Amino acid sequence: MKSKYWALISLFSISIISKAWSQTLPADSGKLILHFKNVVNGQPLRLNDTAVNYHNSHGDKFTINTFKYYISNIVLFDDQGKKITLPPAYFLINAADSTTFDPVLTHVPPGKYSAISLMIGVDSARNFAGAQEGCLDPAQGMFWTWNSGYIFLKLEGISPQSNAKLHRLTFHVGGVKPQNTIRVQTIPLKKELIIGAGQTAKAVIITHIDALFSGKNQVDFSRLSFTMGGPNAVLIADNYATSLFTAWEETQR
Amino acid sequence: MKRRVIFLICLAILGAAGSGFESSLPVYTRQSDTTIFKVPANFPKPVYDFKGNRVSDAGFRLGRMLFYDPLISRDKSISCANCHQSFAAFAQLDHAVSHGVDECLGTRNTPALFNLAWQKEFMWDGGIHHIELSPITAMTNECEMASNLQEIVVRLNASEKYPALFKQVFHRDAINSQSVFRALAQFTSMLVSADSKYDQYIRHENNVVFTTDEQAGYAIFKAKCSACHTEPLFTDRSYRSNGLDKHPDDIGRDSITHQADDIGKFRVPSLRNVEVSGPYMHDGRFNSLKEVLEHYNTGVVSSPNLDPLLKKNGVLGIRLDHTEQLRLLAFLKTLTDTKFINDKRFQDPNKIKSK
Ligand code: HEC
Ligand code: HEC
Repeated sequence: MKSKYWALISLFSISIISKAWSQTLPADSGKLILHFKNVVNGQPLRLNDTAVNYHNSHGDKFTINTFKYYISNIVLFDDQGKKITLPPAYFLINAADSTTFDPVLTHVPPGKYSAISLMIGVDSARNFAGAQEGCLDPAQGMFWTWNSGYIFLKLEGISPQSNAKLHRLTFHVGGVKPQNTIRVQTIPLKKELIIGAGQTAKAVIITHIDALFSGKNQVDFSRLSFTMGGPNAVLIADNYATSLFTAWEETQR
Repeated sequence: MKRRVIFLICLAILGAAGSGFESSLPVYTRQSDTTIFKVPANFPKPVYDFKGNRVSDAGFRLGRMLFYDPLISRDKSISCANCHQSFAAFAQLDHAVSHGVDECLGTRNTPALFNLAWQKEFMWDGGIHHIELSPITAMTNECEMASNLQEIVVRLNASEKYPALFKQVFHRDAINSQSVFRALAQFTSMLVSADSKYDQYIRHENNVVFTTDEQAGYAIFKAKCSACHTEPLFTDRSYRSNGLDKHPDDIGRDSITHQADDIGKFRVPSLRNVEVSGPYMHDGRFNSLKEVLEHYNTGVVSSPNLDPLLKKNGVLGIRLDHTEQLRLLAFLKTLTDTKFINDKRFQDPNKIKSK
């Protein structure tokens, strides 16, 4: 009788303990919502619009039908320059789906932050870990089927300068070995970002699509209109490595 | 005292629940004796860690059902087993190159499937890095099953039998591509071939002895072939050129690495079950093992990437006289695992009622 009673009590206390555990993290940590804005030539990206007249730094005209990229391994730097690595999270930003523009980072320790760093792509540990789900589901169309691994960033469109069939532009950037296209960009925040316990802050990240085609290697669409990993994908990744993102205003909620 | 014990037990239970499924220790065994993944005594540790995908009896059966189901292909005409036939150690008999939907002929010879849990890379060029993703090429290639993952998942979710079977194995309401890949891996990882005459000889089982020819062939093999076809898997899992072409049509490993010194290199295939898995080489150019041996003897052609082992001391290829060839053949046949080839567990469940 007595032992039964104690068993009940200990079960009860366990449920309290485990509940407490599951609540500790969210209770004294905050959230950060990143809002991504894809921009070309200083204008918000419009997909499949033939009237837009985008041009690259070489002067080639183009339009965009697809633009998607992975963001992962997010790190925050506080005002002392200390590095805070957030729990593993992977996000696919897809220009055709506005529900993907606002990834929510949880378990952010309260603090004042002055910079954020984003991996453009998927780290190799996860990339080669077998079948994944969610935004890493290969059914998302961001996975090569003959040379397995994620496409880290994909831009497809049309340019009259392209010599490919139907003047297509196909830039699929990905691959790790031997040509590594993983890039990590650290983005200084314009204003210090303060995240309080239990609070949700927001940072706006501007994604500059122009960065793909200029910088280290100016791209002339008549000579380069197609990459599927390999050395040409490295040219594109090197271009955007330090200039794909800038942070805009940060607001707190 | 007693209270304390009970409390500790409860904590222990809680701890166990917390550690959950993702235990990092590889666990290969599950309930039923029909589907136990065992590491053969003469084999190394497998590469596949079965993380998040321990083989269960129900999972193995589900994987097998998918393997034999043409539902996966676009026009529902072919299954994995059309190209990977059990009696050919899961290669495609009499087909130099794969034969997919709409009578489409591919460019590469369908490899045999066995001991996949020991493979770190897949395909002739090593383009696939994980056993779970190894079916993705065939599923989506226009010349193989010509489907796509969304379509396959939609079809399975809409089918009568699959949702319940998947739920039993993966404890989720909807089927996604991950569970399809994992189920198939529960079947393909179980395709272990390690019971040939050679294996029994090596493990000193059943008093197996080699004949004089087999013994002599084994010695020749160790001297002339095993640098690349390394025991016990009979491959060193590297990519090499064995001198098939001066200017290869299929660039092979280079299509993955984009490096000129990989042009014309292909993975060294295992030689287990090679007696039944012809035709041979990545493009299926040789129909018989005799032709293969004659290739090494007189057919090796020079190219910048030809493996140095095949041009030792300025001699192209590996000299093998008639007797040596006969002895090598005798040895290669000891690598045939009839128990594996005839194993009812691996055959079409619709044709053979295996319990
Ligand atoms: C049309 C014929 C065909 C069909 C159907 C097919 N395969 Fe294959 N399979 C091949 C060919 C050809 C290769 C080698 C491709 C290469 O090397 O580029 C291969 C390679 C493989 C490999 C890699 C083996 C190794 O040793 O590297 C696995 C595993 C595999 N297939 C499993 C499957 C599964 C599972 C299915 C069903 C979902 C399937 N295959 C359907 C033709 C086929
Ligand atoms: C330098 C490394 C090397 C050596 C030495 C070597 N092989 Fe090979 N072998 C290969 C490679 C690589 C392939 C696949 C080539 C391709 O398909 O392009 C292969 C393919 C084969 C195949 C075809 C298997 C299949 O499934 O298609 C057989 C049989 C074979 N070798 C037997 C032998 C024998 C017997 C010897 C010794 C006389 C030998 N090899 C020596 C590298 C080697």
